[in-house]
Amino acid sequence: MLSRVADSLYWMSRYLERAENTVRLLDVTMSLMLDTGETSAETRWQRMMASLGKQTGMDWDGDMESMARMLVFDSLNHASVTFCVNGARENARQVREEISSEQWQRLNRLYHQMHSPHTQTQFRSNINDALTSVVDGIHLFKGVSDTTMIHGQGWQFIRLGRYLERAYATATLLEVYQPELFHAHEGEHSGYQYLELVGLLRCCTSFEAYCQVYTADLAPDRILEFLLLNRDFPHAIRYCVDGIRHAIESVQRTGGRRAPDELIAITGRLHAMLVYTTIGEILARDTAAFLHSIREQCMDIHELIYRYYVQYSIQSALTIW
Amino acid sequence: MSAGLPLEMETLFGDYPLDGAFDEMREPCGALRPHYQALAETLARLPEEELQRRKQSADLSFLTQGITFTVYGRDEGTERIFPYDLLPRLITAQEWDHIERGLTQRITALNLFLRDVYSDAKILNDRVVPRELVYSCKHYRRQMRGLQVPRNVYIAVVGSDLLRLNTGEFVVLEDNLRVPSGVSYMLTNRRVMKRTFPELFHSYGVRPIEHYPQMLLATLRSLAPEGRPQPNIVLLTPGVFNSAYFEHTYLARQMGIDLVEGRDLVTHDNIVYMRTTDGLKRVDVIYRRVDDDFSDPLIFRTDSALGCGGLFNAYRAGNVSVTNAFGTGLADDKAIYAFVPAMIRYYLNEDAILPNVKTFLCSEEKERKHVLANLDKLVVKAVGESGGYGMLIGTQSTARQREEFARQIEANPRNYIAQPTLDFSRAPCLIGNHLEPRHVDLRPYVLFGDKVNIAPGGLTRVALEKGSLVVNSSQGGGSKDTWVLEQ
Repeated sequence: MLSRVADSLYWMSRYLERAENTVRLLDVTMSLMLDTGETSAETRWQRMMASLGKQTGMDWDGDMESMARMLVFDSLNHASVTFCVNGARENARQVREEISSEQWQRLNRLYHQMHSPHTQTQFRSNINDALTSVVDGIHLFKGVSDTTMIHGQGWQFIRLGRYLERAYATATLLEVYQPELFHAHEGEHSGYQYLELVGLLRCCTSFEAYCQVYTADLAPDRILEFLLLNRDFPHAIRYCVDGIRHAIESVQRTGGRRAPDELIAITGRLHAMLVYTTIGEILARDTAAFLHSIREQCMDIHELIYRYYVQYSIQSALTIW
Repeated sequence: MSAGLPLEMETLFGDYPLDGAFDEMREPCGALRPHYQALAETLARLPEEELQRRKQSADLSFLTQGITFTVYGRDEGTERIFPYDLLPRLITAQEWDHIERGLTQRITALNLFLRDVYSDAKILNDRVVPRELVYSCKHYRRQMRGLQVPRNVYIAVVGSDLLRLNTGEFVVLEDNLRVPSGVSYMLTNRRVMKRTFPELFHSYGVRPIEHYPQMLLATLRSLAPEGRPQPNIVLLTPGVFNSAYFEHTYLARQMGIDLVEGRDLVTHDNIVYMRTTDGLKRVDVIYRRVDDDFSDPLIFRTDSALGCGGLFNAYRAGNVSVTNAFGTGLADDKAIYAFVPAMIRYYLNEDAILPNVKTFLCSEEKERKHVLANLDKLVVKAVGESGGYGMLIGTQSTARQREEFARQIEANPRNYIAQPTLDFSRAPCLIGNHLEPRHVDLRPYVLFGDKVNIAPGGLTRVALEKGSLVVNSSQGGGSKDTWVLEQ
C-alpha cells in the first residue's frame, strides 16, 4: 500500500473518531447543564474543552447555545465537528480508489449533512436530535467500513487511527476528571455527584456497559478501573491498546518487511502497563502521572508509525531490498 | 412547433425550434426520426411528476457519488457536480460503424506520424507537413527523437471530438492525444441512466461500454517493458486539485491499480519506485494524467512539483513505460490538425473517412489575411490550448474582443488558427418539464495497444445554455449518455 494512502486512511479515521468524541462530550455537557449543581456552566464548558485537549480561544462567553453552535459548525475552528468531518472527507477524497464506494458515499452524505441549512435549523430547534444524527452518520460509516472494505492493510490503518485517537481521548478525559473524581465537595448533594459520574461514563458511551459489569453502584475507583483496564469494552484504554497492537501485527504480517521493532516494543510496554496492574496500585501512586504517561506513549506510537510506514528515508529502504 | 407530431406529444415538445441545424431527434419536416420514436413515446407516456422524480433521483445519485469536477479560477467551492441531461443521445449501428472505421484510420495515421516525426521525419522531408510548423510547436519534444517506445505506440489513449454538420455528416473537430478526460462521466452516466430508464434501455438494445476500464488495463499491460510478466501498473495524477481528479480515482479503482502522485515516486538507477508501507516497490507502467511539462523537473519544467525527477531517464532506459508517450501533443496541435487528411493519404494511401473542419492557418500569410478580414464570422483558437480556453467565437464577440485577438494573431500568427462557425447538430434535452434542442458534440474514447479498440458511443457533451456553442464542462457544458444501438 502506498505510504501516502496509508497516511490518508489513518487520518480520515482519526478525524472521524475525533468528531464523534466532540459531539458526545458536547451532548453530555449540555444535558448536565440542565441540572443545577454547584458546578457552574463555565466550569463545565472549560472542563469539556480541556477534555477535548483544545486551547483554541473558545473562551466561555455565557451563551451556551452559540458556543455549542460554534463547536459544531465553525469550519475554521480546528476544534469543531465540521472541521473534523471536512478533514476526514478531504483525506478520503485523496484515496477514493482505496475505499469502497459505500464508504465514500456515506462520508460524503455526512459531509453534505454538516453543511446543509437543514441541519442548522434542526440544531436550533432540537440540539439533541441534531447531535444524534451526526453520531449516527459516523456510526454508519464505521459499519460500512467494516463490512464493505477488504480487511487488508488499509483497513488496519483505519483501525490504528481509530484506536489511537480513542485511547488518547479517553486518557485525556480521565486526566481532566481525575482530580475532582476523588475530591468531591463535602456536603454536595449526592444526587449531583451521581449525575457527574454518569456524565463521565456517558462521555465514553459506557454507562450501560459499566452497569453490566459493576451494577449501577457508581464509585470513582471502579469507573477508573473500567475505563482504564477493562479488556472487553471498546472505549476502555486497554481495549484500544490491544486494537493498536493487533493492527500493527496485521500490517506487519501482510507486509513482510523488517519488523518495526521499536513500534512493537512500545505498544507491548503500554499493553503490559495496563494488563499487569490493578486499580489499587495505580491509585496508590501518582494517578495523574500514570494517565499522562499513557498520552505520551500514544504520541510516541504515532511518531513511530510515521517513521516506519510513512516518512522513512529512501536510503534505508534501498538497502533493505 | 409541433408539426408532424402526434397530439399526445405536443405538451412534451412545446415550443421546439427546428431550423438549419441538424436535429438528432427530428427530421427537418418535424417528424421523429425512426430510432427516436420509442424514446419520445416513453417520455410522452410518463406523467410529468414521474419524470421529475426520476430526474431528482438521478441528481441525488450524482451528488452522493461525488461525481464532480473542479473549475479553475473561481473562489467559491472548487467542486461542482458535472451537469448532465437525462435523455440519451442515440446513434444507429450504421452511423457508428462509419465513425469507428474513420477513427481507427485516423488514430493509426496519427500514431505513424508521431513515430515518423520522432525518428526519420520522412513526412517532413517529403514536404507533406511543413517542417517549421512541427518544430515550432510548443508540444514538440526534442528529447523524444530516436527514442524507441514500446510497440511503437505513442498514443494509447485518445479522445477525438466529433461534430455533426447540417448535412448529417460527422466531422472531426479536434484530437486529444495528451491526456483526454471525460471517460468516467461516460461510465457513470451509463450507470445512472440504466437505473433511471431501465425498461427503455432494455428495449433499445444498447451496446455495452462497461468493460472500458478492463480494456484500458489490458492496453496498459500490453505496453509493459520486456521481461516484466507481472507489471506493476499505476495511474499518475497531479493530485486532488486537478479538475479531473474524480476521474483518476474512478479509473484507478475500476482497474484495481494504485493511484500515485509525483511525491509517491522515486527513481534510483533509472528505475522508478513507489513508496509503500512495505518499502519501495518497482513501477513498470505509468498511465500518465500529468502533462509533459510537469512530468519530470529534470527534463521539462524545473519548477514542477507534480512529477518525478528522473522519470524521463528511466523511460529512455526502457525500464518504465509511460502512456501516452511524451511529445504527443504535437499531433493535436490545432495547426498540425489541418494536415491529418494529408497524413492519412501519405501513410495509409487512403482518403479520410471522417473529414476535417475547414481550417485557416494564421501562419500562412494569405490565410491570415482572410481570417483577420472575417473575424466576426470565424472561430479563432489558440493552437496549443484545450478545454475551450483561448478561443474567440466571432459571431458572439464584441468589437473589443476582436481587436484584442487581431493584435494577438499579428503578434504570434503560428499560435492561431480559425475555422468557420459551425452550425453543428442539436439533440433534445429535458429543460424544466419539456424538451428543447441543444448543441451537442461527441467524444468517443479510443484505445490503442495490440489493436485499436473503441468503446461504443463515448461522451456526448451538451451546451446546456440556450444558443451556446461551447460544450466544455469548464464553460457551462454538460453531458448525456450515448447509446449506440445494436440495430
